[in-house]
Amino acid sequence: MTIKQGCVTLALLAGFAPAAYAEDLNALIWCDHADPALLEPFEQAHDVRVNVKEYEGTAAGLTLLEQSRPGDWDVMVIDAVDVGRAVERGFLAPLPADQLPTADFFPEVVLQDHTTIDGQTYAVTEKFGYNTLAFNKAKVDAADMESLGALWSGKYDGRIAIYDYYLPVLGLVGLQDGIATKDLDAAALDKIREPLMSLKAASRQVSDVVASQTALATGEVDVLIGGGEWLTAVLNAENPDLDWTIPKEGGLLWAQSIAMVEGTERPELALEFIKYITSPEGQARLATSSCYWGMPVNKMAGDVLTDEQKAILRWDDQAEYLSRAQLYPVPNAATDTAMQDLWTEMLQN
Amino acid sequence: MSIEARERRQGAALVAPALIWVLIFFIIPFAGMALMSLAHLDGREVVQSFDLSNFAKIFTDPSLRKGIWVSLQITALVTAISVLLAWPLAWIIATRVPARWQRLALLIAVLPFWTSYVVRSYSWALVLGENGVIMKTLTGIGLLAEPVQIMATRAATVTGFVHFFTMLLTLTIYSNLIQLSPNYARAAQDLGASRLQVIRLVILPLTLPGIMTGAFLTFVLCIGDYITPQILGGNNELTLPQLIMLQLGRRGDYPMASALSLVLMAIVTLAYAATSRWLRMDRL
Repeated sequence: MTIKQGCVTLALLAGFAPAAYAEDLNALIWCDHADPALLEPFEQAHDVRVNVKEYEGTAAGLTLLEQSRPGDWDVMVIDAVDVGRAVERGFLAPLPADQLPTADFFPEVVLQDHTTIDGQTYAVTEKFGYNTLAFNKAKVDAADMESLGALWSGKYDGRIAIYDYYLPVLGLVGLQDGIATKDLDAAALDKIREPLMSLKAASRQVSDVVASQTALATGEVDVLIGGGEWLTAVLNAENPDLDWTIPKEGGLLWAQSIAMVEGTERPELALEFIKYITSPEGQARLATSSCYWGMPVNKMAGDVLTDEQKAILRWDDQAEYLSRAQLYPVPNAATDTAMQDLWTEMLQN
Repeated sequence: MSIEARERRQGAALVAPALIWVLIFFIIPFAGMALMSLAHLDGREVVQSFDLSNFAKIFTDPSLRKGIWVSLQITALVTAISVLLAWPLAWIIATRVPARWQRLALLIAVLPFWTSYVVRSYSWALVLGENGVIMKTLTGIGLLAEPVQIMATRAATVTGFVHFFTMLLTLTIYSNLIQLSPNYARAAQDLGASRLQVIRLVILPLTLPGIMTGAFLTFVLCIGDYITPQILGGNNELTLPQLIMLQLGRRGDYPMASALSLVLMAIVTLAYAATSRWLRMDRL
């Protein structure tokens, strides 16, 4: 091989090799954080590669942490209502509250009661939205969607999909039965068993995020219980008829937070990442992530988002929506097991 | 050192890499999984214990028990349909297609293997959907007044599986068929057997090793598959692998996931025991 050929080969190999960074940051995340458009500005600004691992459900995330060594993970995304569970098991490191821009957040989604334990902040909310009813307004009477009862009326039998996540859907079934999410205990689960099984009987499928989007987009189903802006927003350009609403019984507010993992060997970098994610620029990118959209918690992101993006996110309606939404149920271990057993029973029914 | 001792040592040295491989990648992980299956979840934490409560739950909890039953039903159905479709196809390729076209016919038969498994399953989701090509055609030509739901049913799962495994079985049966001497059929015909009797009484029994090898592979791959029922079944009934994934991904219940995995392995072992007399590759 001549020197010239060698140089060409090396140049080609360099072209295919991933960019070299001085450091690595390991993040346990939900799929919206895997969007390169979100990560690249931080990676370039800090000369760091963000290695991400997606997980689904707090139980799975905590099990991953349990089986990892200290230092394996630097930051993690977690349901805001589950921060206490992670702190209880010693998985999260304290955050300097004075360095977080929570003063710019929508006050309703700071959720300090959940992210601050014994006066110490362990996580900061970063994105929120609603688990409620998503539907195709070209095929469904939008007025019907103002009540959860429409799903049990028989009118939409076979046209419904259930979002495959037990906490929000059990919460919504509870709301239909007049049970607030904070009261969803073992006794309440007995009350919602029958309505849940009826809902399954009226449904076509129980599906994850991608399958739910596919089912709505292809017209396989017309209503998704548990859906919301996080599901329809990314499909808006292809099908503007896909819509969502919060019915009169209410909807569930989901709020994800970001935290530093205890034992991280890069606490400064982890904190910089958290600050980037909660900054107006990071918030705007996270809100419009290619995996799913959701409202940024930082109001200043409104200056970065376009008017069209804000319209899709229903930016101006948030005050009303927030007043009608309830937080996810926060079950203890026994109730959580009972909920998951009920969910498995529903899937097998 | 005697020649025998040297040969023994050489034999051990030759076998050692395989044994080490099996030890590292099968025996040790298997032992770990078996140990984990005896642990239990206390609240949200895994606690190592040595009881059989997870196995007891598998056979007493209706949802878990149903998962085993659903898996067995789907796997039996898929294996039976795939054999019924694959045998005639392999026979046609081996006996009716000119030798120079057989390679092309086989190439076409294995085309589905060339696509990603996930992509193939999602493609079926689009084909079988209410607005998919099948329903559009049937309603378009007036055979159906309204679309019928196939997607998100067991029929969709079985269809996705059969599409894949018919091709696998075709290969194993074809490789068996082309090794059969045409003299068997000629001798049977000389003795007065009709063409149908030749196939039923001579060719079919002689291809049993190919059928059983393919059927066993189909059984093993089908009962352990998570993707196809997850994408096409619509979560309307859960198979054993889906239940295992549910324990891992949703509940963080590694002990129960391990116990279910051992049950899955036990089923596969039983299937192997039932078909082992035919599973001799040299007979193919």
